[in-house]
Amino acid sequence: MSEKKKSFGTVFKEALFDNNPVLGQLLGMCSTLAVTTSVVNSIGMGVATTAVLFFSNIFISLLRNFIPKEVRIASYIVIISGFVTAVQFLMQAYVEDLYESLGLFIPLIVVNCIILGRAEAFASKNNVAASALDGLVMGIGYTVALIVLGTVREIIGNGSFLGYKLFGESFEPVTMVSQAPGAFIILGCLIALMNFMLSRKKSKEAKKQ
Amino acid sequence: MKDILILMLTAVLIENYIFSRFLGICPFLGVSEKPDTALGMGFAVMFVMTLSSAATYAVYEYVLVRFDLEYLETIAFILIIATLVQFIEMFLKRFIPSLYGALGIYLPLITTNCAVLGAVLLNVDNGYNFVESIAFGFSSALGFTLAIVIFAGVRMRVSLAEPPKAFKGTPIALVTAGLIAMAFSGFSGMKF
Repeated sequence: MSEKKKSFGTVFKEALFDNNPVLGQLLGMCSTLAVTTSVVNSIGMGVATTAVLFFSNIFISLLRNFIPKEVRIASYIVIISGFVTAVQFLMQAYVEDLYESLGLFIPLIVVNCIILGRAEAFASKNNVAASALDGLVMGIGYTVALIVLGTVREIIGNGSFLGYKLFGESFEPVTMVSQAPGAFIILGCLIALMNFMLSRKKSKEAKKQ
Repeated sequence: MKDILILMLTAVLIENYIFSRFLGICPFLGVSEKPDTALGMGFAVMFVMTLSSAATYAVYEYVLVRFDLEYLETIAFILIIATLVQFIEMFLKRFIPSLYGALGIYLPLITTNCAVLGAVLLNVDNGYNFVESIAFGFSSALGFTLAIVIFAGVRMRVSLAEPPKAFKGTPIALVTAGLIAMAFSGFSGMKF
Protein backbone atom coordinates (compact mmCIF):
# COMPACT_ATOMS: atom_id res chain seq x y z
CA MET A 1 0.00 0.00 0.00
CA SER A 2 3.06 2.24 -0.05
CA GLU A 3 2.55 3.53 -3.59
CA LYS A 4 0.24 6.48 -3.17
CA LYS A 5 -2.56 7.85 -5.31
CA LYS A 6 -4.50 4.71 -5.84
CA SER A 7 -7.94 5.80 -6.87
CA PHE A 8 -10.69 5.44 -4.30
CA GLY A 9 -12.40 2.90 -6.54
CA THR A 10 -9.46 0.51 -6.66
CA VAL A 11 -8.88 0.69 -2.92
CA PHE A 12 -12.56 0.03 -2.35
CA LYS A 13 -12.66 -2.90 -4.76
CA GLU A 14 -9.58 -4.42 -3.18
CA ALA A 15 -11.08 -4.24 0.31
CA LEU A 16 -14.29 -5.82 -0.92
CA PHE A 17 -12.90 -8.62 -3.10
CA ASP A 18 -9.21 -9.42 -3.50
CA ASN A 19 -8.20 -8.34 -0.04
CA ASN A 20 -11.41 -8.83 1.92
CA PRO A 21 -10.54 -9.08 5.63
CA VAL A 22 -12.74 -12.12 6.22
CA LEU A 23 -12.89 -14.00 2.93
CA GLY A 24 -9.37 -13.19 1.73
CA GLN A 25 -7.17 -12.55 4.74
CA LEU A 26 -9.10 -14.79 7.17
CA LEU A 27 -9.04 -12.22 9.97
CA GLY A 28 -11.65 -11.82 12.67
CA MET A 29 -13.04 -15.32 12.30
CA CYS A 30 -14.47 -15.70 15.81
CA SER A 31 -16.98 -12.90 15.59
CA THR A 32 -17.72 -13.73 11.95
CA LEU A 33 -18.76 -17.27 12.80
CA ALA A 34 -20.56 -16.40 16.00
CA VAL A 35 -22.79 -13.44 15.13
CA THR A 36 -23.90 -14.27 11.59
CA THR A 37 -27.00 -16.20 12.64
CA SER A 38 -29.15 -13.38 11.28
CA VAL A 39 -28.79 -10.37 9.00
CA VAL A 40 -29.61 -7.87 11.74
CA ASN A 41 -26.86 -9.22 13.99
CA SER A 42 -24.41 -9.14 11.09
CA ILE A 43 -25.16 -5.51 10.31
CA GLY A 44 -24.90 -4.54 13.99
CA MET A 45 -21.56 -6.26 14.45
CA GLY A 46 -20.26 -4.86 11.17
CA VAL A 47 -21.20 -1.29 12.02
CA ALA A 48 -19.78 -1.55 15.56
CA THR A 49 -16.48 -2.94 14.28
CA THR A 50 -16.28 -0.35 11.50
CA ALA A 51 -16.81 2.47 14.00
CA VAL A 52 -14.04 1.17 16.26
CA LEU A 53 -11.72 0.60 13.30
CA PHE A 54 -12.37 4.10 11.91
CA PHE A 55 -11.76 5.96 15.16
CA SER A 56 -8.84 3.86 16.36
CA ASN A 57 -7.12 4.27 12.98
CA ILE A 58 -7.52 8.05 13.20
CA PHE A 59 -6.23 8.18 16.76
CA ILE A 60 -3.28 5.86 16.21
CA SER A 61 -2.34 7.78 13.09
CA LEU A 62 -2.46 11.07 15.05
CA LEU A 63 -0.26 9.62 17.77
CA ARG A 64 2.07 7.69 15.49
CA ASN A 65 5.03 10.00 16.12
CA PHE A 66 4.56 10.06 19.89
CA ILE A 67 4.21 6.38 20.71
CA PRO A 68 7.59 4.74 21.42
CA LYS A 69 8.23 1.72 19.22
CA GLU A 70 8.81 -0.69 22.12
CA VAL A 71 5.38 -0.27 23.69
CA ARG A 72 3.36 0.37 20.53
CA ILE A 73 1.26 -2.81 20.63
CA ALA A 74 0.24 -2.19 24.25
CA SER A 75 -0.63 1.43 23.42
CA TYR A 76 -2.71 0.36 20.43
CA ILE A 77 -4.61 -2.12 22.57
CA VAL A 78 -5.41 0.56 25.16
CA ILE A 79 -6.65 2.97 22.47
CA ILE A 80 -8.74 0.25 20.81
CA SER A 81 -10.27 -0.99 24.05
CA GLY A 82 -11.18 2.58 24.97
CA PHE A 83 -13.22 2.91 21.78
CA VAL A 84 -14.71 -0.55 22.21
CA THR A 85 -15.92 0.36 25.69
CA ALA A 86 -17.50 3.54 24.30
CA VAL A 87 -19.26 1.60 21.52
CA GLN A 88 -20.42 -0.98 24.04
CA PHE A 89 -22.11 1.67 26.20
CA LEU A 90 -23.65 3.43 23.20
CA MET A 91 -25.16 0.15 22.04
CA GLN A 92 -26.41 -0.70 25.51
CA ALA A 93 -28.12 2.68 25.69
CA TYR A 94 -29.69 2.90 22.23
CA VAL A 95 -30.04 -0.60 20.75
CA GLU A 96 -30.44 -2.87 23.73
CA ASP A 97 -31.89 -5.86 21.87
CA LEU A 98 -28.89 -5.95 19.56
CA TYR A 99 -26.57 -5.50 22.55
CA GLU A 100 -28.17 -8.51 24.25
CA SER A 101 -27.96 -10.76 21.21
CA LEU A 102 -24.34 -9.90 20.35
CA GLY A 103 -23.41 -10.23 24.03
CA LEU A 104 -19.84 -11.24 24.70
CA PHE A 105 -18.70 -10.44 21.18
CA ILE A 106 -18.91 -6.66 21.61
CA PRO A 107 -16.12 -6.44 24.21
CA LEU A 108 -14.25 -9.04 22.17
CA ILE A 109 -13.92 -6.52 19.30
CA VAL A 110 -10.76 -5.54 21.23
CA VAL A 111 -9.01 -8.73 20.18
CA ASN A 112 -10.40 -8.76 16.63
CA CYS A 113 -7.23 -9.18 14.58
CA ILE A 114 -8.52 -6.87 11.83
CA ILE A 115 -8.28 -3.80 14.05
CA LEU A 116 -4.84 -4.45 15.50
CA GLY A 117 -3.70 -5.60 12.07
CA ARG A 118 -4.73 -2.33 10.37
CA ALA A 119 -3.25 -0.30 13.23
CA GLU A 120 0.11 -2.00 12.86
CA ALA A 121 0.17 -2.33 9.07
CA PHE A 122 -1.41 0.95 8.02
CA ALA A 123 -2.34 3.58 10.60
CA SER A 124 1.10 3.61 12.26
CA LYS A 125 2.75 4.55 8.95
CA ASN A 126 0.28 6.81 7.13
CA ASN A 127 -1.31 10.21 7.61
CA VAL A 128 -4.67 10.79 9.25
CA ALA A 129 -6.85 11.11 6.15
CA ALA A 130 -5.48 7.96 4.53
CA SER A 131 -5.81 6.01 7.79
CA ALA A 132 -9.39 7.13 8.29
CA LEU A 133 -10.25 6.05 4.75
CA ASP A 134 -8.47 2.74 5.23
CA GLY A 135 -10.38 2.07 8.45
CA LEU A 136 -13.68 2.87 6.79
CA VAL A 137 -13.04 0.79 3.69
CA MET A 138 -11.74 -2.23 5.60
CA GLY A 139 -14.69 -1.98 7.95
CA ILE A 140 -17.09 -1.98 5.02
CA GLY A 141 -15.32 -5.01 3.55
CA TYR A 142 -15.78 -6.82 6.86
CA THR A 143 -19.43 -5.76 7.13
CA VAL A 144 -20.23 -6.92 3.60
CA ALA A 145 -18.69 -10.34 4.24
CA LEU A 146 -20.71 -10.61 7.45
CA ILE A 147 -23.95 -9.60 5.72
CA VAL A 148 -23.43 -12.14 2.92
CA LEU A 149 -22.83 -14.93 5.43
CA GLY A 150 -25.70 -13.74 7.61
CA THR A 151 -28.10 -13.62 4.65
CA VAL A 152 -27.30 -17.16 3.54
CA ARG A 153 -27.58 -18.51 7.08
CA GLU A 154 -30.80 -16.69 7.90
CA ILE A 155 -32.55 -17.70 4.69
CA ILE A 156 -31.58 -21.38 4.87
CA GLY A 157 -31.53 -21.78 8.63
CA ASN A 158 -34.58 -19.75 9.55
CA GLY A 159 -36.48 -19.20 6.30
CA SER A 160 -36.51 -15.46 6.78
CA PHE A 161 -34.71 -12.28 5.77
CA LEU A 162 -34.36 -9.39 8.24
CA GLY A 163 -36.97 -11.16 10.34
CA TYR A 164 -39.64 -11.41 7.63
CA LYS A 165 -40.77 -14.93 6.72
CA LEU A 166 -39.98 -15.63 3.08
CA PHE A 167 -41.64 -18.98 2.54
CA GLY A 168 -45.02 -20.47 3.31
CA GLU A 169 -46.00 -22.62 6.27
CA SER A 170 -44.76 -25.81 4.65
CA PHE A 171 -41.13 -24.63 4.62
CA GLU A 172 -39.00 -26.63 7.02
CA PRO A 173 -35.88 -24.59 7.94
CA VAL A 174 -32.55 -26.39 8.15
CA THR A 175 -31.76 -25.44 11.74
CA MET A 176 -28.29 -26.93 11.53
CA VAL A 177 -27.26 -24.02 9.31
CA SER A 178 -28.03 -21.44 11.98
CA GLN A 179 -26.18 -23.50 14.58
CA ALA A 180 -22.43 -24.03 14.95
CA PRO A 181 -21.75 -26.67 12.26
CA GLY A 182 -23.50 -24.61 9.59
CA ALA A 183 -21.37 -21.57 10.38
CA PHE A 184 -18.17 -23.45 9.60
CA ILE A 185 -19.50 -25.21 6.50
CA ILE A 186 -21.17 -22.16 4.91
CA LEU A 187 -18.11 -19.97 5.52
CA GLY A 188 -15.93 -22.68 3.97
CA CYS A 189 -18.18 -22.78 0.89
CA LEU A 190 -18.15 -18.96 0.60
CA ILE A 191 -14.34 -18.82 0.71
CA ALA A 192 -14.19 -21.61 -1.87
CA LEU A 193 -16.59 -19.65 -4.12
CA MET A 194 -14.38 -16.58 -3.71
CA ASN A 195 -11.25 -18.59 -4.63
CA PHE A 196 -13.06 -19.98 -7.65
CA MET A 197 -14.09 -16.55 -8.92
CA LEU A 198 -10.64 -15.06 -8.35
CA SER A 199 -8.89 -17.88 -10.19
CA ARG A 200 -11.34 -17.58 -13.09
CA LYS A 201 -10.69 -13.86 -13.29
CA LYS A 202 -6.95 -14.50 -13.34
CA SER A 203 -7.14 -17.08 -16.10
CA LYS A 204 -9.32 -14.75 -18.18
CA GLU A 205 -6.77 -11.97 -17.79
CA ALA A 206 -4.00 -14.36 -18.77
CA LYS A 207 -5.91 -15.30 -21.91
CA LYS A 208 -6.32 -11.65 -22.90
CA GLN A 209 -2.58 -11.16 -22.85
CA MET B 1 -17.56 -30.27 44.54
CA LYS B 2 -20.28 -31.79 42.37
CA ASP B 3 -21.17 -28.36 41.00
CA ILE B 4 -17.57 -27.73 40.04
CA LEU B 5 -17.36 -31.06 38.22
CA ILE B 6 -20.57 -30.34 36.29
CA LEU B 7 -19.29 -26.87 35.42
CA MET B 8 -16.04 -28.36 34.12
CA LEU B 9 -17.71 -31.11 32.10
CA THR B 10 -20.07 -28.56 30.56
CA ALA B 11 -17.19 -26.29 29.59
CA VAL B 12 -15.21 -29.12 28.00
CA LEU B 13 -17.89 -31.00 26.09
CA ILE B 14 -21.28 -29.31 25.90
CA GLU B 15 -20.29 -25.69 25.52
CA ASN B 16 -17.00 -26.44 23.86
CA TYR B 17 -14.98 -23.32 23.28
CA ILE B 18 -14.44 -23.85 19.57
CA PHE B 19 -17.50 -25.74 18.47
CA SER B 20 -20.24 -23.98 20.34
CA ARG B 21 -18.89 -20.65 21.60
CA PHE B 22 -16.68 -19.77 18.60
CA LEU B 23 -13.82 -18.44 20.69
CA GLY B 24 -10.19 -18.89 19.68
CA ILE B 25 -10.86 -19.70 16.04
CA CYS B 26 -7.68 -17.96 14.79
CA PRO B 27 -5.20 -20.30 16.55
CA PHE B 28 -7.60 -23.17 15.88
CA LEU B 29 -7.17 -22.66 12.13
CA GLY B 30 -3.61 -21.32 12.28
CA VAL B 31 -1.69 -23.86 14.39
CA SER B 32 -3.53 -27.07 13.63
CA GLU B 33 -1.36 -28.44 10.82
CA LYS B 34 0.22 -31.06 13.10
CA PRO B 35 -1.01 -32.66 16.34
CA ASP B 36 2.30 -31.85 18.15
CA THR B 37 2.12 -28.11 17.58
CA ALA B 38 -1.60 -28.17 18.32
CA LEU B 39 -0.88 -29.81 21.67
CA GLY B 40 1.81 -27.21 22.42
CA MET B 41 -0.62 -24.39 21.71
CA GLY B 42 -3.25 -26.12 23.83
CA PHE B 43 -0.93 -26.36 26.84
CA ALA B 44 0.11 -22.73 26.48
CA VAL B 45 -3.54 -21.64 26.42
CA MET B 46 -4.34 -23.81 29.47
CA PHE B 47 -1.46 -22.27 31.37
CA VAL B 48 -2.33 -18.65 30.56
CA MET B 49 -6.09 -19.06 30.90
CA THR B 50 -5.95 -20.64 34.37
CA LEU B 51 -3.56 -17.99 35.67
CA SER B 52 -5.39 -15.07 34.10
CA SER B 53 -8.73 -16.30 35.47
CA ALA B 54 -7.22 -16.13 38.96
CA ALA B 55 -5.54 -12.76 38.38
CA THR B 56 -8.55 -11.04 36.82
CA TYR B 57 -10.83 -12.35 39.56
CA ALA B 58 -8.64 -10.74 42.19
CA VAL B 59 -8.38 -7.44 40.30
CA TYR B 60 -12.10 -7.28 39.51
CA GLU B 61 -13.21 -8.12 43.03
CA TYR B 62 -10.71 -6.02 45.00
CA VAL B 63 -9.95 -3.09 42.70
CA LEU B 64 -12.66 -2.51 40.11
CA VAL B 65 -15.71 -3.29 42.28
CA ARG B 66 -14.32 -1.50 45.31
CA PHE B 67 -13.75 1.74 43.41
CA ASP B 68 -16.86 1.47 41.21
CA LEU B 69 -14.80 1.07 38.07
CA GLU B 70 -16.56 -1.96 36.58
CA TYR B 71 -16.94 -0.16 33.27
CA LEU B 72 -13.18 -0.40 32.81
CA GLU B 73 -13.25 -4.19 32.82
CA THR B 74 -12.38 -4.69 29.15
CA ILE B 75 -9.37 -2.36 29.29
CA ALA B 76 -8.20 -3.72 32.64
CA PHE B 77 -8.52 -7.36 31.62
CA ILE B 78 -6.68 -7.04 28.31
CA LEU B 79 -3.83 -5.24 30.08
CA ILE B 80 -3.68 -7.90 32.79
CA ILE B 81 -3.54 -10.65 30.18
CA ALA B 82 -0.84 -8.86 28.19
CA THR B 83 1.38 -8.29 31.24
CA LEU B 84 0.74 -11.79 32.54
CA VAL B 85 1.82 -13.30 29.24
CA GLN B 86 4.99 -11.18 29.31
CA PHE B 87 5.74 -12.28 32.89
CA ILE B 88 5.14 -15.93 32.13
CA GLU B 89 7.43 -15.67 29.14
CA MET B 90 10.23 -14.08 31.19
CA PHE B 91 9.74 -16.50 34.07
CA LEU B 92 9.85 -19.59 31.88
CA LYS B 93 12.87 -18.33 29.95
CA ARG B 94 14.79 -17.79 33.18
CA PHE B 95 13.72 -20.78 35.29
CA ILE B 96 12.23 -23.52 33.12
CA PRO B 97 14.00 -23.26 29.74
CA SER B 98 12.72 -26.65 28.56
CA LEU B 99 9.09 -25.58 28.93
CA TYR B 100 9.94 -22.22 27.36
CA GLY B 101 11.38 -24.05 24.37
CA ALA B 102 8.14 -25.97 23.98
CA LEU B 103 5.63 -23.14 24.55
CA GLY B 104 7.74 -20.05 23.74
CA ILE B 105 6.57 -19.34 20.22
CA TYR B 106 2.90 -19.67 21.13
CA LEU B 107 2.91 -17.35 24.12
CA PRO B 108 2.95 -13.95 22.33
CA LEU B 109 0.10 -15.12 20.10
CA ILE B 110 -2.09 -15.72 23.12
CA THR B 111 -2.36 -12.05 24.11
CA THR B 112 -4.66 -11.31 21.21
CA ASN B 113 -6.43 -14.65 21.48
CA CYS B 114 -10.09 -14.02 22.10
CA ALA B 115 -10.31 -17.30 24.02
CA VAL B 116 -8.50 -15.84 27.04
CA LEU B 117 -10.32 -12.49 27.13
CA GLY B 118 -13.57 -14.33 26.49
CA ALA B 119 -13.01 -16.64 29.45
CA VAL B 120 -12.31 -13.87 31.93
CA LEU B 121 -15.27 -11.82 30.73
CA LEU B 122 -17.53 -14.88 31.00
CA ASN B 123 -16.27 -15.43 34.57
CA VAL B 124 -17.52 -11.97 35.49
CA ASP B 125 -20.78 -12.28 33.51
CA ASN B 126 -21.64 -15.58 35.17
CA GLY B 127 -20.69 -14.32 38.62
CA TYR B 128 -18.31 -17.18 39.37
CA ASN B 129 -16.41 -17.19 42.65
CA PHE B 130 -12.64 -17.66 42.88
CA VAL B 131 -12.59 -21.47 42.68
CA GLU B 132 -15.27 -21.58 39.97
CA SER B 133 -13.38 -18.99 37.91
CA ILE B 134 -10.21 -21.05 37.97
CA ALA B 135 -12.13 -24.25 37.22
CA PHE B 136 -13.92 -22.58 34.32
CA GLY B 137 -10.71 -21.09 32.89
CA PHE B 138 -8.87 -24.38 33.09
CA SER B 139 -11.64 -26.57 31.72
CA SER B 140 -12.48 -24.18 28.87
CA ALA B 141 -8.84 -24.34 27.85
CA LEU B 142 -8.99 -28.12 28.16
CA GLY B 143 -11.95 -28.12 25.79
CA PHE B 144 -10.01 -25.89 23.41
CA THR B 145 -7.05 -28.30 23.52
CA LEU B 146 -9.28 -31.30 22.91
CA ALA B 147 -10.86 -29.59 19.90
CA ILE B 148 -7.62 -28.41 18.35
CA VAL B 149 -5.87 -31.80 18.77
CA ILE B 150 -8.79 -33.73 17.27
CA PHE B 151 -8.94 -31.23 14.42
CA ALA B 152 -5.19 -31.47 13.77
CA GLY B 153 -5.47 -35.25 13.59
CA VAL B 154 -8.31 -35.10 11.08
CA ARG B 155 -6.58 -32.37 9.10
CA MET B 156 -3.52 -34.56 8.58
CA ARG B 157 -5.69 -37.13 6.85
CA VAL B 158 -7.55 -34.48 4.86
CA SER B 159 -4.27 -33.01 3.59
CA LEU B 160 -3.61 -36.31 1.78
CA ALA B 161 -6.94 -36.18 -0.03
CA GLU B 162 -7.60 -34.15 -3.15
CA PRO B 163 -10.49 -31.71 -2.79
CA PRO B 164 -11.67 -29.54 -5.72
CA LYS B 165 -9.12 -26.82 -6.46
CA ALA B 166 -11.20 -23.98 -4.98
CA PHE B 167 -11.61 -25.87 -1.71
CA LYS B 168 -7.87 -26.41 -1.14
CA GLY B 169 -6.50 -25.07 2.14
CA THR B 170 -8.78 -23.13 4.44
CA PRO B 171 -12.20 -23.88 2.88
CA ILE B 172 -11.85 -27.64 3.27
CA ALA B 173 -10.48 -27.12 6.79
CA LEU B 174 -13.59 -25.11 7.67
CA VAL B 175 -15.90 -27.76 6.27
CA THR B 176 -13.99 -30.39 8.28
CA ALA B 177 -14.41 -28.28 11.40
CA GLY B 178 -18.12 -28.07 10.64
CA LEU B 179 -18.40 -31.85 10.54
CA ILE B 180 -16.55 -32.21 13.87
CA ALA B 181 -18.84 -29.53 15.32
CA MET B 182 -21.79 -31.63 14.21
CA ALA B 183 -20.37 -34.58 16.16
CA PHE B 184 -19.84 -32.36 19.19
CA SER B 185 -23.38 -31.06 19.05
CA GLY B 186 -24.41 -34.56 20.08
CA PHE B 187 -23.15 -33.74 23.58
CA SER B 188 -25.73 -30.98 23.94
CA GLY B 189 -28.30 -33.66 24.74
CA MET B 190 -26.55 -34.47 28.02
CA LYS B 191 -28.54 -33.43 31.06
CA PHE B 192 -27.44 -33.37 34.67
